[in-house]
Amino acid sequence: MQAILGILLAAILSQNFILVKFCGICPFMGVSRKMDAALGMGMAVTFVMALASAACYWVNALLLVPMQLQYMQTVAFVLVIASIVQVVEMFLKKSVPALYQALGVFLPLITTNCAVLGVVLENVQKEYSFLFSVLNGAAGGLGFTLAIVVFASLRERVNESDCPECFRGYPLTLIAAGLLALAFMGFSGLRV
Amino acid sequence: MEMIIAIAVLGGLGLAFGLVLAAASRVFAVEADPRLEQLNECLPGANCGGCGYAGCAAYAEAVLKGEAPIGACPSGGNECAQTMAAIMGVKAEPVTRRVALVRCSGARTYDADGNLIKGAKIKAQYEGFRDCLAASRVGGNGPISCKFGCLGFGTCVKACHYGAIRVENGVAVVDEELCVGCMACARACPRHLIVPVEPDRNVVIACASLAKGAVTTRGCTVGCIGCGLCKKICPAGAITVEKNLAVIDYSKCTNCGLCATVCPKKLIKDSNVENLDDPNVKSLNGPVY
Repeated sequence: MQAILGILLAAILSQNFILVKFCGICPFMGVSRKMDAALGMGMAVTFVMALASAACYWVNALLLVPMQLQYMQTVAFVLVIASIVQVVEMFLKKSVPALYQALGVFLPLITTNCAVLGVVLENVQKEYSFLFSVLNGAAGGLGFTLAIVVFASLRERVNESDCPECFRGYPLTLIAAGLLALAFMGFSGLRV
Repeated sequence: MEMIIAIAVLGGLGLAFGLVLAAASRVFAVEADPRLEQLNECLPGANCGGCGYAGCAAYAEAVLKGEAPIGACPSGGNECAQTMAAIMGVKAEPVTRRVALVRCSGARTYDADGNLIKGAKIKAQYEGFRDCLAASRVGGNGPISCKFGCLGFGTCVKACHYGAIRVENGVAVVDEELCVGCMACARACPRHLIVPVEPDRNVVIACASLAKGAVTTRGCTVGCIGCGLCKKICPAGAITVEKNLAVIDYSKCTNCGLCATVCPKKLIKDSNVENLDDPNVKSLNGPVY
């Protein structure tokens, strides 16, 4: 129980993928202009992270470890993640059009997202079991969602503010992201 | 040997996933209508929302389902409507071009001492969100004295996908060359000041004030007081005064421009007359520099 809580706390707050580990910065900047888009992106990332954690666990356990190819993990995982996202996208388009519409463009966007690759590599490095890997993936995705949604709501306000011309747009956005990351540093002392 | 195993394993993995993907693309293939792509191609792709749908792709889908009429795309105009009709195998009515008109003449001019000599009066200094809707909610109908006039915070400018509208001297101005008539600005304007007009008309009434004459005059030097001089002089009977505001019925208007000459506030603009009282007025909608 304590281990599960620890994983949740680390993945969502104290070791947040975006704001502490700086993984997945491109969707963080790119898809945080509107709240609903940010939420859609967060959902898609959570979904893919959990799925990729599950798939990569088996690829690692059944293929890479027996063959002593652990040094090829990064390459193999990129391959696995990209293929899975593609297959899942095709499957959803055919079978669950409603979910496909909801995830929309976000699914292919995260094919090679570093946050997804990051969570998978972390699972392997920390030698998590299958269930813990999936949990870590899903929790990492939730942390991603939390960060991007909070940031999108900040950005919607910041964009309306009357600030000097030179800060308008991306400069102010980057400053806001830095301040948000500082705020998340406050969680670093949390331990279970 | 180790290297060969690594290559074989990774290659095999890649090959396996490739085969799975190829199989999946067959199994999960979704039939797409080829006309959808053609429709998407002939639409301008600006996603302005002028058709009433979320974007060009959504409109194309609606046309394909028969839910949306052909020719609802204002940006594409007549050419786009005819192409779409050809793709769908039907005939389309010709689409007339429209442009946006900002119904406000309250652009402010100051004399050398900084006194307002022309335009809508400012009653308060507004320092909140640079947004017209936000500003119009503050302090009883916003920071300017006229509760119908342009606030000038450029909410319409942000809404325009074509860079066809800008704010000059506190009032939005449309560039008729660039405007495609999608009316994204009109939907953004909290005061509903912007209306579509056909670009070949000469005369427009650039005011939207429904207040009584005395109230309008207190708020702005260029507001319609509903005096009715234009209505009296119009030979075609095209002008009526409704709720203290003159309105032109363009189906009757003959573009003679007499109304513009008698308007005491000079807010009826005639594009055939080079200027009214302002040497910079060349366009109907206001000064173009």
